[in-house]
Amino acid sequence: MAVRNTVRFWLNDELVELDKLGPAETLLDFLRLDRKLRGTKEGCAEGDCGACTVLVGRLNGDNLIYETVNACIRFVASLDGCHVVSVEHLSASGTLNVVQQAMVDQHGSQCGFCTPGIVMSLYQLWMENPNPDDLVIEQALQGNLCRCTGYAPIVRAAKSAAEQGGQAADALVAMRDETINRLKDLRDGARVEIDGPGGKLVLPADVDDLAALLSEHPKATIVAGATDVGLWVTKFMRDIAPAVFIGHLDQLKSIAVGPDSVTIGAGVSYSAFWPVVREKLPQLDLFWSRIGGQQVRNMGTIGGNIANGSPIGDTPPALIALGAAITLRKGDKRRFVPLEEFFIAYGKQDREPGEFVESVSIPYPDAGDHFAVYKISKRRDEDISALCGAFRISLDDEGKVASARIAFGGMAATPKRAKAVEMALVGQSWTAETVAVALDRFDADFQPISDMRASAEYRALSAKNLLRRFHLETTGQQVQLSRGAA
Amino acid sequence: MNVTVKTPATVVHRPTAHDSAAKHVSGNADYVDDLKSPDGTLHAYLGLSQRAHAKVKRLDLSKVWQAPGVVAVLTSADVPGVNDISPVGKHDDPIFSDSEVQFFGQPMFAVVAHTRDQARRAAKLAEVDYEDLPAALSIDEAIAAGSELVTEPLTLKRGDVEAGMKGAPHVLSGEMVIGGQEHFYLEGHVAMAIPGEDEDVTVFSSTQHPSEVQHMVAHALGVKSASVTVNIRRMGGGFGGKETQANLFAAVAAIAAKHTGQAVKIRPDRDDDMTATGKRHDFKATYKVGFDDNGKIHAVDATFAANAGFSADLSGPVSDRALFHADNAYFFPAVHLNSLPLKTNTVSNTAFRGFGGPQGLIGGERMIEEIAYALGMDPLDVRKANFYGIGERNVTPYHQEVTDNIVARLVEDLEQSSDYRARRQTIIDFNARGGVIRKGIALTPVKFGISFTATWYNQAGALVHVYRDGSVHLNHGGTEMGQGLNIKVAQVVADEFGLTLDDVKITATNTDKVPNTSATAASSGSDLNAMAAADACRQIKSRLAEYVAEKYGEPASDVTFENGAVMLRNHHLDWQTIVSEAYMARIHLSAAGYYKTPGIHWDRNKGQGRPFYYFAYGASVSEVSIDTLTGEYQVDRVDILHDVGKSLNPAVDLGQVEGGFIQGMGWLTTEELKWNDKGMLTTHAPSTYKIPLASDVPRVFNVRLAEWSENVERTIRRSKAVGEPPLMLAVSVVEALSMAVASVANYKVCPRLNTPVTPERVLMAVTRLSAEGPSE
Ligand SMILES: Cc1cc2nc3c(=O)[nH]c(=O)nc-3n(C[C@@H](O)[C@@H](O)[C@H](O)COP(=O)(O)OP(=O)(O)OC[C@H]3O[C@@H](n4cnc5c(N)ncnc54)[C@H](O)[C@@H]3O)c2cc1C
Ligand code: FES
Ligand code: FES
Repeated sequence: MAVRNTVRFWLNDELVELDKLGPAETLLDFLRLDRKLRGTKEGCAEGDCGACTVLVGRLNGDNLIYETVNACIRFVASLDGCHVVSVEHLSASGTLNVVQQAMVDQHGSQCGFCTPGIVMSLYQLWMENPNPDDLVIEQALQGNLCRCTGYAPIVRAAKSAAEQGGQAADALVAMRDETINRLKDLRDGARVEIDGPGGKLVLPADVDDLAALLSEHPKATIVAGATDVGLWVTKFMRDIAPAVFIGHLDQLKSIAVGPDSVTIGAGVSYSAFWPVVREKLPQLDLFWSRIGGQQVRNMGTIGGNIANGSPIGDTPPALIALGAAITLRKGDKRRFVPLEEFFIAYGKQDREPGEFVESVSIPYPDAGDHFAVYKISKRRDEDISALCGAFRISLDDEGKVASARIAFGGMAATPKRAKAVEMALVGQSWTAETVAVALDRFDADFQPISDMRASAEYRALSAKNLLRRFHLETTGQQVQLSRGAA
Repeated sequence: MNVTVKTPATVVHRPTAHDSAAKHVSGNADYVDDLKSPDGTLHAYLGLSQRAHAKVKRLDLSKVWQAPGVVAVLTSADVPGVNDISPVGKHDDPIFSDSEVQFFGQPMFAVVAHTRDQARRAAKLAEVDYEDLPAALSIDEAIAAGSELVTEPLTLKRGDVEAGMKGAPHVLSGEMVIGGQEHFYLEGHVAMAIPGEDEDVTVFSSTQHPSEVQHMVAHALGVKSASVTVNIRRMGGGFGGKETQANLFAAVAAIAAKHTGQAVKIRPDRDDDMTATGKRHDFKATYKVGFDDNGKIHAVDATFAANAGFSADLSGPVSDRALFHADNAYFFPAVHLNSLPLKTNTVSNTAFRGFGGPQGLIGGERMIEEIAYALGMDPLDVRKANFYGIGERNVTPYHQEVTDNIVARLVEDLEQSSDYRARRQTIIDFNARGGVIRKGIALTPVKFGISFTATWYNQAGALVHVYRDGSVHLNHGGTEMGQGLNIKVAQVVADEFGLTLDDVKITATNTDKVPNTSATAASSGSDLNAMAAADACRQIKSRLAEYVAEKYGEPASDVTFENGAVMLRNHHLDWQTIVSEAYMARIHLSAAGYYKTPGIHWDRNKGQGRPFYYFAYGASVSEVSIDTLTGEYQVDRVDILHDVGKSLNPAVDLGQVEGGFIQGMGWLTTEELKWNDKGMLTTHAPSTYKIPLASDVPRVFNVRLAEWSENVERTIRRSKAVGEPPLMLAVSVVEALSMAVASVANYKVCPRLNTPVTPERVLMAVTRLSAEGPSE
């Protein structure tokens, strides 16, 4: 197999080729310290503020897509074959682009520190969606904090830019074919391997190569979207070498939509899966908009969310309620594990050294099933769940609960099913009385803890109330707040 | 002589873009960390205490020294001057702790290395043996432990409170816990020091108070202030968090620079910034209020206890300002207010937009709310019954007369435009249906006193040069943190000279241009600095006028400056020409301007005086929905009417109002600071500390400036300060949430929500009221 010892990508108008690169070098430090491109700012170094937002363009088949990402937690190594666009590129011609000018005209900056990141998010939105409504604009800004403006002028700028249009004349849009060719030229099918002072980094050539590499280096850190691993580096200064990057592997990005279930590669991002959610699992649509912000959804993968094993990961409760299973692979051996059995204890999953998550199979709820997922957090968007509850029941002809799968995150050391509650429901009529009886069983399932996100009492009480909400919703009542468009 | 007439020069009172807007959006605006640093610049990082209160038995830094890239390790012993940066001269704010640490996160040492990453990693390698000492981590613990006060408390007294309470048909008492707030300036603290010859050092510091940084650096280095120069072009947000808190970083950078002979930069990670620097004070207000059947207040007796943290910092004036605003817009016939700035073992709390005022104001508003629930009245009617009068009932608890009162007109205007009464009725009807979702609405006013209560701070300087080509160099003592100060001052300067904004060059704030400046704080930036700049312009103008007058033999008083020209009778003289002529005629084309606020005085011992030059007013109506199953809520609609006098720049002012409101809303809703039982801040980054997002902005957000308002005082172009007051407009959000909660007990019980009103607090209050209140 061909091995290349450099990482290559386009940065604005320049081809970058790096042979001395550590696995933990972030794009933000590369831009600011190495390239002296200091328009991109650091506000938090943990993916939460968006001051470091840049665009990363990559080929998806023959298509070129630009996504916003957090440069602070994006590793340079993962950019191989990509086109990185930083704020400096937008007015490289000497004039402000439409979005930038709209931000000036609408007084969208005060201190200006969040502004480059905001501009990048709005620019991406403007390229992709010529006609966004308020909700869409807010969604594009979920990963961008501004402490000064109160956002109102920024939203006005987004609208004003949309009204002005002009996408076709935009430099990046106009360069699209050229860029596609440039990126195609970078594809050589080689494994990338750099063994520098910062330790070893590898980008396997394909999934078989990945499997082989992990067998060889079972202790290697697997890096997918780096929305967790990035913080190990920037916040805990952990050494991640040797690191095996998987974000570039197209095979892990496959989405196979079947009649009863969908099977996705472990590398499918939240953003990539969202259209399938809308179509096949519409009950999850709103919930999906509340995972991370746009940048995190663009980077973070469902496979990583599972493999990370966090008790507060958002997808496991929903996936457990749906009866999802994962395929674990080591070398050429594959195992199929129901997701709920994957989480053994806090920090411990059923994954052997050298094994990786290859794919996730997600059954759709049966027709007639009631299914809902609720996330409770201090702030509505871009916040980690205090708790997250997924509910799925099917009713028989008499209105009795035939089956129930209820799972929670944030209520125990792992994502966990509420088996006692389920038992109290199954076989009973789906009524408020049954629900009232089942509520008492929560304490048998969960003894939540207090932390900075919520107290144990609040978690316990609101978990119960989510079951009440679920029941009320199945009876057709509108009991959730909704932030409708203006 | 012919004149080319430029665009109309009336550049004040116009919505003008921020002077740096184009640079902001293109990434070309330089912040301190973006400046080109000298070759060989080193990087410093702080080692922080891991105990809230402890004796340091052993501080072993050998592993730190041995770490890769380390050039120096600095402790209190390496401070060449005085190891102290107390901004109020109390000597209680060490740069590095010595034998004792007083809060979790206190700097103990600094490590200097070739790269920031090296320094940061090395800082983790210290070995410390602590011997724990008793720690008071909260107001309650401090009170229980009989903690000392960091500064003399303040008492405000007027009238006979005892008699007032006795004579009141109703008396109620209660308490309110008011949470603190992290500034979360998007740009964290940062400083870069470059050593010069002799004792000189130049410090680039992200600070709202360059003069103080200068003095603190001099104090820490043991050199004269004249040896230290501090420069700041712009901050990425300040909000009070860079009023005194920048001193630490500047001092460490300067000490390290002098120690190593190299330029040194220091920029803490966000987590360390949040752990090691002060925040808005959390408060506990305890109140007793006597009132009659109409909701009219007879007497108020309240204590405002503040968590000062381990040192005084600005806790004295902050807790004073809480008392100054406990009355908000209401007349208290008899009143007794006390402050209690308590020492605790947390980070030393500091200035934050409003400077204690918001905590005082919301405590006062809580009393109004209590009265309304006790009497079953619309809180707005209670408010109206107690508004300060015009010419009567107009004396504040600090014995200043309110002479510019527009609160009634403002509230009336907003009540109508927001359709408050009808919407309130609709909401009451909606809630009566008893669903899971409940709604609330509230209208609250703001009256905020403008001036530093430290009277000597109310002065400012500016330096204006006119160069031979006619271009104008503007410098003043204020700092730009996003609030649009520079553009406002530039507008005034352009207007004075009859020029356009393009003719006026805005320059970085620098202590060697304008000395002894005050902090850019207390909303005073443009009031003070624009006046000082106007003074400088007028000096130059009068010299030019005399020159022109002499040249044409006409009176100098007839000379005007308009449209890029100097005019005298029928003589139209092009600005550039006249400037270069004046230079040849040896006219001095540079001036230092100066301003001090007239008419203010304050006797803190007596609790009497006129601390404020004038008041700024505003009012807001918030409508919210809550989910009674989970406590989740959303702010559906907000209407604001705010008074900025005659606005210097309506676009900038509107931005301050919108941004201030949202920041206040964050303070009161989702921004929760939590410490664990070890005294460690557990919400030390945006992943756990949640400031508002775009999707938290009210779906309907109608913000208006009161265009009819004009400052009755002779402020710069009759404008009013705008930085802080709008933050307090967010109190209506809390009261609206409160009403929604109260609906579960038929509005018979005041929910007494503490702040921030997180979803958890809403749900717990709903549960409490459902249990104890009358059923619907
Ligand atoms: C600002 C921010 C907001 C967030 N908000 C949310 C939220 O709302 N809800 C939520 O649930 N999460 C949230 N997260 C975390 C979430 O983004 C991650 O859990 C994400 O899903 C992990 O995917 P990744 O591809 O980024 O994983 P990485 O960070 O690359 O990896 C995570 C872990 O999984 C391992 N791993 C990754 N892929 C595989 C694989 N195929 N096989 C074996 N091991 C693998 C890695 O070795 C690592 O241990 C947030 C993160 C950030 C930074
Ligand atoms: S710096 Fe805050 S998200 Fe990257
Ligand atoms: S403009 Fe200051 S943070 Fe957005």
